Amino acid sequence: MINVKNLSRTYGGYAAVDDISFTCRPGRVTGFLGPNGAGKTTAMRMMVGLTTPTHGETTIGGYHYHDIVNPGRHVGVLLDASAQHAGRTGREILMVGAKTMGLPTTRVDEMLAMVSLTESEAKRKLRNYSLGMKQRLGIAHALLGDPAVLILDEPANGLDPAGIRWMRDLLKGYARRGGTVLLSSHLLNEVELVADELILIGRGRIVAQGDLKSLSSLDSADSALVTPVDRDALVAALRQEGHEATPEGEGLRVSASPREVSRVSVQHGLLLNDLRSGAKGLEDLFLELTSPVQRESAPSPDSLAAVSTSKEMSR
Amino acid sequence: MSTTTEQPSPTFDFSETPRVSFSQLVSVELRKTVDTSAGKWLVSAVLALTAAVIVLYFAIADDDQLVFEEFLGFAASPQGFLLPVLGVLLVTSEWSQRTAIVTFALAPSRTKVIGAKIVAALLMAFLAFAGAIAVAAVATAAAGRNDGFSDVTVATFVLFLGLQLLNVLQGVAYGLILLNTPAAIVAFFVLPTASSIVFTSVSSLSDLAPWLDITTAQSPLVNGDFSLTGEQLGQIGVTALIWIVLPFVAGWFRVMRAEIK
Ligand SMILES: Nc1ncnc2c1ncn2[C@@H]1O[C@H](COP(=O)(O)OP(=O)(O)OP(=O)(O)O)[C@@H](O)[C@H]1O
Ligand SMILES: [Mg+2]
Repeated sequence: MINVKNLSRTYGGYAAVDDISFTCRPGRVTGFLGPNGAGKTTAMRMMVGLTTPTHGETTIGGYHYHDIVNPGRHVGVLLDASAQHAGRTGREILMVGAKTMGLPTTRVDEMLAMVSLTESEAKRKLRNYSLGMKQRLGIAHALLGDPAVLILDEPANGLDPAGIRWMRDLLKGYARRGGTVLLSSHLLNEVELVADELILIGRGRIVAQGDLKSLSSLDSADSALVTPVDRDALVAALRQEGHEATPEGEGLRVSASPREVSRVSVQHGLLLNDLRSGAKGLEDLFLELTSPVQRESAPSPDSLAAVSTSKEMSR
Repeated sequence: MSTTTEQPSPTFDFSETPRVSFSQLVSVELRKTVDTSAGKWLVSAVLALTAAVIVLYFAIADDDQLVFEEFLGFAASPQGFLLPVLGVLLVTSEWSQRTAIVTFALAPSRTKVIGAKIVAALLMAFLAFAGAIAVAAVATAAAGRNDGFSDVTVATFVLFLGLQLLNVLQGVAYGLILLNTPAAIVAFFVLPTASSIVFTSVSSLSDLAPWLDITTAQSPLVNGDFSLTGEQLGQIGVTALIWIVLPFVAGWFRVMRAEIK
């Protein structure tokens, strides 16, 4: 539904977005993840024609944004929830949007109810809105025209835990009904729970993309964390089977899969207090892939593997 | 992702989508001029000042000056300098309040949006002018002179209205070129005054003044002298070109190309 092809934007020689390509499909939530200044907002602005790309193009539903008839009815956009007139009331902000799209006034009240802004809150001026209220209003604005595609830049920014869960459920439900969602964030755990696919961007380039499972498996090295009852006995047993074990915290880190460690412990009749995968979480992977320091120093084998995988996937 | 080729993405169907018409955009822009605190203030200021000016004029004017044309000149003076501010705000608030992001996401055609703003500004000016005519007519009738309406001609209305419309367009033009509320308002009030000071104080320039200085060119109209010669009309046209049309065109191109932030 959203098709980004070789999109680039340079500002005086600095590549804010550098040749990114990806697709967002209907029925799925795509997370656009990257640290501050990675180029997420710039990329999203280009998708909706607010910034002219230096190179490349985006089509949404098969059309360039400029060619979409009454775009608010097809694509819901939230780039910056505070980018609204501070002297307008929340309700009036939605009214202006509704009038532009040719929607009835009832739609405004529906949307206000949907994002749980009360009547008295809707009558307040935007300058008196809290961050979370602005964000809710922004979501309401994006959903006004009942669009098939949503493009949201850091929608969870400023929401409390209940708000984040509400947003998550909303977006999941929206995608389940066939909607296409692209949402950005710089917090992995924020998108991890809602996104079906992730696009990791760092310094304007896509460093990895895929669904959560395939991204997690980028860290392919087998590793387990085990807390045995008899530490020395397990170390000896593992060594006997050819596995290295190094002390970590209260237990050991073993360069073998949890299954293999379990097999060894059963075979040698050793009790375990705890056994879990020692694979790096997505969080570590994300930091590693996108951190500028990492890329300036010699790349680790892990990140090299990940980068080549991402190339494979984008081919 | 490699899935692009496997699964063709669904395409939008526009057959049931109502278009965003130009008149819809104009009415939205009109709405936007009065739905903010700043807009409400401005409109109330125009109304309050108009009333105050008329009362004041009744108090200080000689009896034989209580005629329609004089009243109209005074009734229209508050809007003469406040409506251009409205024209400025119509454009600059999109940038200073950053609503341009939303406006242009809903209506990507910048030509249409800016066009709608211009039409909205002109409509506001027209409305305000009609209001001034009504106020002046009531005041003239209240003054009760027999010759109150005797000097009124169609040219009076046309030229006066033209002046008001030009004024508002000038505000819009400075808004477009500067995209910044305080800068555009200062430019609107300071630049013409500065120019007129230069042209009146440097004697070698006084011949050129009516052709280059907008205040000099428009002074007959402002003074209520509506029987203009062809030359005077030409001067109004030339100064409008320099002071309004050129900034307007430059501003137009700026906005058409600007990154919407
Ligand atoms: N108009 C501009 N002129 C110069 N540089 C710009 C401009 N717009 C963006 N940039 C630069 O492009 C880079 C990407 O910015 P962008 O806002 O897209 O990052 P982001 O991923 O959205 O970050 P964040 O998570 O902090 O919102 C930044 O280094 C930014 O300074
Ligand atoms: Mg951003």
